[in-house]
Amino acid sequence: MKAIKKIGLYVFLLGLLFFTSLPFFGKFTISQSQIETELTPQELDNIGEELIRSLSGKEFSNSTSIAHEVISIYELKNEELKANQEWDKVMWTQSSAFAMKIAQSANESGVTKSPWMYFLLSFGLGIVGALMYIIPDVVLLGPAGIKNNGIFQSTATNRGWIGMLTFVYLVSFYIILYFYPYMMINQINLLDPLKGLFIEGEKASQWFLYGFLYCTVMIVMGVKMLIKYRHSKYQIVRTFSVIFFQVVFAFLLVEILPIFGLPGVDLKSAWPLDYDFLFDWNVKSLLDSGNFGKFAFVWGLTLSIIIVPLFTYFYGKRWYCSWVCGCGGLAETLGDPYRHLSNKKMKAWKFERWMIHAVLIFAVVMTIFTGYHTYNELNSPDMQEKDILWGISSFDIRTWYSFLIGSIFAGVIGTGFYPVFGNRTWCRFGCPLAAYMGIVQRFKSRFRITTNGGQCISCGNCSTYCEQGIDVRAYAQKGQNIVRASCVGCGVCSSVCPRGVLKLENGPEEGRISDNPIIIGKDNVPTLNL
Amino acid sequence: MKHIVIIGNGISGITAARHIRKNSDHKITVISAESEYFFSRTALMYIYMGHMRFEDTQPYEPYFWKKNRIELIHDDVLSIDFDSKSLNFKNNEVLVYDDLILAVGSKPNKFGWPGQDLQGVQGMYSKQDLESMEENSKGLKQAVIVGGGLIGVEMAEMFLSRDIPVKFLIRENSFWGGVLPQVDAELIEQHMSKHHGLELIKNAELQTIHGDEKGRVESITTKAGESIACQFVGLTVGVTPNVDFLKGSSLEIDRGILVNPDLSTSIPNVYAIGDCAQFRVPNGLRRNLEQVWYTGRMMGETVAQTVCGKSSIYKPGNWFNSAKFFDVEYQTYGWVWNELKEGEEEFVWKHPKKEILLHFVFDKTTLIFKGINNFGIRLRHEVFDAWLNDSASIEEVLANLRLANFDPELFTTYEKDIVNAFNQQFNKNIQLASKKWWRSMLKAR
Repeated sequence: MKAIKKIGLYVFLLGLLFFTSLPFFGKFTISQSQIETELTPQELDNIGEELIRSLSGKEFSNSTSIAHEVISIYELKNEELKANQEWDKVMWTQSSAFAMKIAQSANESGVTKSPWMYFLLSFGLGIVGALMYIIPDVVLLGPAGIKNNGIFQSTATNRGWIGMLTFVYLVSFYIILYFYPYMMINQINLLDPLKGLFIEGEKASQWFLYGFLYCTVMIVMGVKMLIKYRHSKYQIVRTFSVIFFQVVFAFLLVEILPIFGLPGVDLKSAWPLDYDFLFDWNVKSLLDSGNFGKFAFVWGLTLSIIIVPLFTYFYGKRWYCSWVCGCGGLAETLGDPYRHLSNKKMKAWKFERWMIHAVLIFAVVMTIFTGYHTYNELNSPDMQEKDILWGISSFDIRTWYSFLIGSIFAGVIGTGFYPVFGNRTWCRFGCPLAAYMGIVQRFKSRFRITTNGGQCISCGNCSTYCEQGIDVRAYAQKGQNIVRASCVGCGVCSSVCPRGVLKLENGPEEGRISDNPIIIGKDNVPTLNL
Repeated sequence: MKHIVIIGNGISGITAARHIRKNSDHKITVISAESEYFFSRTALMYIYMGHMRFEDTQPYEPYFWKKNRIELIHDDVLSIDFDSKSLNFKNNEVLVYDDLILAVGSKPNKFGWPGQDLQGVQGMYSKQDLESMEENSKGLKQAVIVGGGLIGVEMAEMFLSRDIPVKFLIRENSFWGGVLPQVDAELIEQHMSKHHGLELIKNAELQTIHGDEKGRVESITTKAGESIACQFVGLTVGVTPNVDFLKGSSLEIDRGILVNPDLSTSIPNVYAIGDCAQFRVPNGLRRNLEQVWYTGRMMGETVAQTVCGKSSIYKPGNWFNSAKFFDVEYQTYGWVWNELKEGEEEFVWKHPKKEILLHFVFDKTTLIFKGINNFGIRLRHEVFDAWLNDSASIEEVLANLRLANFDPELFTTYEKDIVNAFNQQFNKNIQLASKKWWRSMLKAR
């Protein structure tokens, strides 16, 4: 068994190495006719000649070098146009997206000829290796029960060198994904045949790669989670649930709906996490897509305004955060080995309350601006400066929001920092939907974590393994129920408690918050709020 | 405003300090030779196993003490002069108190075995014990643990988490035989030996510990003459009050510091709580030395009332306790003795396959419920406490068992099987009540 595990690790690392090396190799050439077909008339007019002169017939050895050349031409021209105030000629596509289009068309690397082989060498080896590494734990880790031995002694999980290496890798991945996607052309192209299964001939995008990778990682690490927590039905069912919602709603449906000419929407994504819901292009595309589109629009509104608070009232925000949500799903699978790294200090809690509510306010303000703009687009198309409200352009606000919150916070920090700050950094400090549901959960909900009388021994397992950095022990040792806005109801505090003290449950609001409880045992001496 | 000095920063001393602060403005000083800040002793094993770091076992952040005006001294008290109400520290400093609370805890028992002070022989009680255990684990091939109790199991779990083989010497013919009924003990023994490879040697007592030329343990001999090679001997045969530094003083001491019902000692303004306090008259069926986390906490709560001018006596409610034996959780409410007492009847339900066991004890004639041991299933303290207070019958308990289930949501429930088994065994016809919200049931009483 140990041997299988060891071989699995090497196989996984081989797959990872292969995948990681792809951006550094390849053959990229583009012909005049290819350029002419890829470019829009405006682009052709602006930089067609220049591109043909400097690219056609030339061979590049990786996607980055060709992309850089394209970008410099593109931006040079744009600057010139802007300087000359030729606004009708200025190109508004992001230069990286433009470069991506050219580089993808120019790709003549091995991956375009035998993508399945590349797929097997990267994803295939990675998946098989990881499973070989994970599954022997059923035997090696002994009978069902808590499996936290050595967590703080392993350099992978105690911010040691493996952890730091993982951190650098994840952060780099997100930065490339969001800002330099053209570096990943080979990795994207190896999924072309898979994308083609949904829509024939269609090529994969970086978002298809991300979505597929996301699902793969969640399933593989979900297996690890299932083995680790197999003594707890709550954890088993919950893990299946997050994987189901990610794979079916966030991935498969989004890919399948367009087959039928319908917009590929993630029906489980609720505003304000789904921050572009009221962006003009989203609303327009939904309203232009027939009955299904209209349904999706009304569903989105209903989900955010009615279903989210209602379900949170009945079950706490866990119904979303740790049963449905994709971000939560990744945190509960890939992120599980890092949950103890969240900061439990009072200072962190104070910072959290400021930060997450600031993001919520930012999201609301941004939505007001974009909503105003969208409303104008639909109702008064002839209006001047449709995007300007109180002298500020909604485009500016939404660009900043997308960059700061959507990309940097949710992606780079949210996931990249798993090995440093724990697995729920985004959910705890940044997610506006979590903030919204947190307010409901704190003030009007039936959910609580009940403390079992006087049984707490203050050991601190609950606080240590709380991914949201809640000092669960502080409540439990006072015999007090835990009612906190940030609790995502993962149930791990209850699982790791060695004395059976904690239970997540829904019940009447009365008696939910016990401010100055009496610990059972010594009658009539209230524990104290210190 | 008086100066209250507490010696010992364990759960008893710290609970006392917190309650005194909440009830008064007295000056509070807490002294500990063991650690700078309060930590949870029960969590030491998790540090060794890598589940937690030492700082994670500290329930309060360092700022807490300043904010609550609780002064901390990390030093060793060598002696106490009760006449001048002063403490003498190792570094010759002197501290004067108005009220003194002794919460000095206990230390592992050593019964004078030859070789008990060799290197690699130790108990497991303090932070220092943990540190020496870490040190003694280097190059460790075989560990022997003497004494089948809670600390022994913890130690075994610690070693096995690092794949260090353990031989567990138990004096009785069943694990924790002085406390657990045979059938309960068997469940735990099975779990430990079958699933975790722990080698149990029953009816075995330690005779001699042998050392090598460097003064490190190399083997032991049992009373039966068996010799076991080992590089570590864990002595976990109970603890004894840590009161040596008080012997010879005017304070009345037996095994522990003798206390009255209000936790006062033989000297005015001096109190003793927690592991080190020995009641002159035991409370009900309890032992006169209660060395349990929960009782230490309750004594801390009580003494705080008294020193703040509201004289209180220690009146613990229904007995409860808990533990975890590797993967099997254990809770107990009320009294379940290792052997049935006169007039008691028992009902044991064991899952046919899983390691789940409930052991009910009730009065044979009145059917009043006396207590329960539950393994592998969690039960609600509040509900059982109410049943015990109200002298509920075993029939009422079983009929309403669903209310007491504290297992996480979605877990399989067994109430139906349990009640059926009871009905069959005792020829009864108890109907299991549907699960109403448990609070409403409590309120209705």
